[in-house]
Amino acid sequence: MFDIDLWREIFQSIKMNKTRSILSGFTVAFAISLFAILFGITNGLINTFEESFKDDAINNIVIWPGKTTKAYKGLQSGRRIQLKNEDHDYILDEFGDKVEFMTSRVMKNVTASFRNEQNNYTVRAIHPDNLFIEKNKVLEGRYINQLDIDNKTKVVIIGRLVEEDLFTKTKAVGKYLSLSGIQYKVVGVYTDEGGDDEESMLYIPITTAQSIYGNNDYVDMIYLTYNPEMDHDKALAFGVLMEKKLKNRFSIAPTDQRGIRVQNNALGAKAANQMSFGLGLMVLVIGFGTLIAGIVGISNIMIFIVKERTKEIGIRKALGAQPKQIVSIILLESIIITTISGYLGLLIGVGVLDLATPILEDYFIKDPGVSNTLVIGATITLILAGTLAGYLPAKKASRIKPIVALRND
Amino acid sequence: MLKISNLHKSYAIGDSSLHVLKGIDLDIEDGEMVAIMGSSGSGKSTLLNIIGMLDEADSGDYILDGLPIKNLTEKKAAVYRNKFLGFIFQSFNLINYKNALENVALPLYYQGMKRKERQEKAMFHLEKVGLTDWAHHLPKELSGGQNQRVAIARALAANPKLLLADEPTGALDTTTSYEIMEFIQQLNDEGKTILIVTHEEDIANMCKRIVRLRDGIIMEDTFVNQVRAKQNV
Repeated sequence: MFDIDLWREIFQSIKMNKTRSILSGFTVAFAISLFAILFGITNGLINTFEESFKDDAINNIVIWPGKTTKAYKGLQSGRRIQLKNEDHDYILDEFGDKVEFMTSRVMKNVTASFRNEQNNYTVRAIHPDNLFIEKNKVLEGRYINQLDIDNKTKVVIIGRLVEEDLFTKTKAVGKYLSLSGIQYKVVGVYTDEGGDDEESMLYIPITTAQSIYGNNDYVDMIYLTYNPEMDHDKALAFGVLMEKKLKNRFSIAPTDQRGIRVQNNALGAKAANQMSFGLGLMVLVIGFGTLIAGIVGISNIMIFIVKERTKEIGIRKALGAQPKQIVSIILLESIIITTISGYLGLLIGVGVLDLATPILEDYFIKDPGVSNTLVIGATITLILAGTLAGYLPAKKASRIKPIVALRND
Repeated sequence: MLKISNLHKSYAIGDSSLHVLKGIDLDIEDGEMVAIMGSSGSGKSTLLNIIGMLDEADSGDYILDGLPIKNLTEKKAAVYRNKFLGFIFQSFNLINYKNALENVALPLYYQGMKRKERQEKAMFHLEKVGLTDWAHHLPKELSGGQNQRVAIARALAANPKLLLADEPTGALDTTTSYEIMEFIQQLNDEGKTILIVTHEEDIANMCKRIVRLRDGIIMEDTFVNQVRAKQNV
């Protein structure tokens, strides 16, 4: 079916009518590169946005105690509230089905040393669920598990950066690390997308910390994630109810803002969802906008091309060209131009994005990029549009009597 | 070769219609060289276009080489035009981005001939009109007379039964006109049937028969003594 003469005809026509070819190619290349650039920038915005949520799970609730500011039920204001293990269990008992993951936390600053290297770090003593709440990823070894909690084992999971700093010449897992004089066995290394600080933490079992550093069952904070199956309103109501019950439990005035705080990410999650939706809408509008502009452009040019070639069509018909041959020569020419210039536009768009990435980072646009599938899809759409826009006038032109086409000179 | 009887053609102009051909009867034999004359609006170009299948008659019969030309599909008309007819136009109608050789080879392309064969044949016809050296020039690089010779070579390339020329010398000066006519006469001498539309008496007198049209009917149809163009050059 490959007709070399047909292709020769087409390439000659493209080569000999440079202005026309460049004009239509430019329209397509411009539309596609614009499409890629705008889409890429919007994707960059979305990336920045999503990254601010990467640190922790998005359905987080944090509970931390403070000092009361109001006298209530015969108790004075200024009373310090202390959370304990029993409060952790109380929340599980009361709201078990609404809680997805939960960890209590005790914080401690230590000096960690291994051989000649030493540095100051924060220790977070936690339950195993912390893995999911902090969105940690275990690189090597394992995480804190229930056996550690039960047996109060002296094990530590260290951040990737801690291993880099202290274990310069050897692997950390299996070694003993001294935390302010007490030896802990390193059983795992984790990573976290939340940034350098989050990768410089040490995690130990909460029960170990409680017995070593205070011999009590005190808890600094409680982190939990609500059941993600709950919708936004239910999640908010859950937070409110929990705060109310905890205030009641500690005899804190219901209007007291400081005695105990429950910070519910569901509040932010709604704004985040709306923002995501807004950005998604923006992507759609930009995508369709540039595509439609491109389609209109290529359609106009196709109509113009057919008009310009009317006389040539008349000559070809007088010499024995069949309507089908007329249509195919016009359409194939347009398809070739659109394909080549669409590809060029893709290269230009992606190239510009690549070059601009470092600059754009200052404007909260991170890793702007656009999937090749998408751009190729857009190019194919333009090719189809150009074909359709060219087909109708080409068909019409192939039907006019040659004498009409030849007359206007 | 060609038999036309009671041919009518009108064009719609707004609400009214203009009756251009009002019953034409014309027989042309093989090897004739006929001039169709008439003032503008007499219908001579319309008649030529119908004969050339570039336009269709409203009623009447037209038989070309034994084949009735009526209600042709676009596809069939294209095949007939390619096989039977060669066109020479007043404004040459060469494709401006193709060189002389490619223009001449175009009808052969539509015959489905192989590229090499096509170019050999086109070269042969260019040689015949004396333009071998100009084969790779574009129309804009050639003079009017040279362009018309390219057009003649193109008309001959497909070896048509009938050569149709619409004011072939209309855009040329007298000397060049006569050169072209001399060439057309040679073709006729070789046996080609030729039909020329013209409004110039001297050109008409270089044919063997003159058909005069006025207001859509044939006023006069006479055989004349052919004036050889060569004497006038």
